[in-house]
Amino acid sequence: MAQHQVNYASTGGLPVALTTVDKLLNWGRANSLWPMTYGLACCAIEMMATGASRFDFDRMGVIFRASPRQSDVMILAGTLSKKHAEFARRLYDQMPEPKWVISMGSCANTGGMFNTYATVQGVDRIVPVDIYLPGCAPRPETLQYAMMMLQKKINRESANMKKNTKQRFV
Amino acid sequence: MRKYTPKDNVQGKAKYTDRFWVAPRVPREDVESDPHFSAVCKAVGEQVEILDAYVELGQLVVHIAPEDNIAALTVLKENCSYAMCSEMSAIDYLAQDGEFEVFYQMLNLKKAKRTRILTRIKEDQAIESIVPLYAMANFAEREMYDMFGIVVNNHPYLKRVIMPDDWVGHPLRKTYPLQGDEHAAWYEVDKIFGKEYRDVIGPENRDPGRIDRYDSKRFSRVGYEVPFGAEEPEAAEKHDPEYSKQLLVDYTTGSEVLDERR
Repeated sequence: MAQHQVNYASTGGLPVALTTVDKLLNWGRANSLWPMTYGLACCAIEMMATGASRFDFDRMGVIFRASPRQSDVMILAGTLSKKHAEFARRLYDQMPEPKWVISMGSCANTGGMFNTYATVQGVDRIVPVDIYLPGCAPRPETLQYAMMMLQKKINRESANMKKNTKQRFV
Repeated sequence: MRKYTPKDNVQGKAKYTDRFWVAPRVPREDVESDPHFSAVCKAVGEQVEILDAYVELGQLVVHIAPEDNIAALTVLKENCSYAMCSEMSAIDYLAQDGEFEVFYQMLNLKKAKRTRILTRIKEDQAIESIVPLYAMANFAEREMYDMFGIVVNNHPYLKRVIMPDDWVGHPLRKTYPLQGDEHAAWYEVDKIFGKEYRDVIGPENRDPGRIDRYDSKRFSRVGYEVPFGAEEPEAAEKHDPEYSKQLLVDYTTGSEVLDERR
């Protein structure tokens, strides 16, 4: 920084912090991610352990909400069968914007070992996925790491959701 | 590539082998071997015609005609105290015999005895529901209808129980395609987005870990190794891998200690 410029943010004693609206909004969004209480299979057991006291999601501002209307993260934890795909998509549609999706575990990522007629071969066929979390099942630390990666991603993107070029099918 | 050594020890083989291999069967005993089972057979035989009856693995197996299933199960429940029908479903023998085999696995809780009622029906033949006798059969018959397409007469609510209502085909039939079924492959896309979104979403990527024995670039072909990058001949002969004797010892062969004791 050139010597003649004044660094307002670091001047002592001034109760001023300069930022952009994008950064402020994203800071708020990333630090209060509320996932939906929605488990599909055994990965949901790990998701429950992540939310409980030993691993403690609350300290990151991640609080599970019982309604899609109050959530902004959908964690697809487990095998998604084709019969249930319709309802998973409906729950995603019921969540208000902005919203993000974490695909948790091998089954949600690619269908996993269920290479069968009745399993959706990757949940990205029905909802746009932000974070793919590998593992069978991923440990709670891994899910917390995925949530931290999602926070990083949110901090990088524009606060105006319409400007984001993420493909949404409908 | 490992050195080829012949593994088929001709001297150690039997001179004559079975020309017509017969599948091993569970030994069957006569019904008279157990007093309870013979009494059950007698009671059932008074009401319906018994096509075949024997004891297999300590369980009585009774073959009856499909029209007699209610009468036979009524006798078992009322007279022989078989209070529980623990399982009922079907087996697809359409390719072999052109028939389904429907079985009712019955449990006598007082004497801890099990009896299996077997009956055979044609592909387009319906069977009478046993829900008036055993309420447990409600879901089991729905599952049988779902998985095999066997219609059950007088069932209170005959509706698919596992697959979606608009699913095409019955998955437990031997003829059900595991791959290449267009309806199953596009089911969720058609249901949620409509058929026009098939091009947007694309075909599903099934089985990324598929094992191809002629694929010489990967090491999933134990026994068919070729030099790196080389193509495998079309009719390659399998040779079993040689394991290190130091690390993996086969204790069943070549044990001198056991030979001396013998």
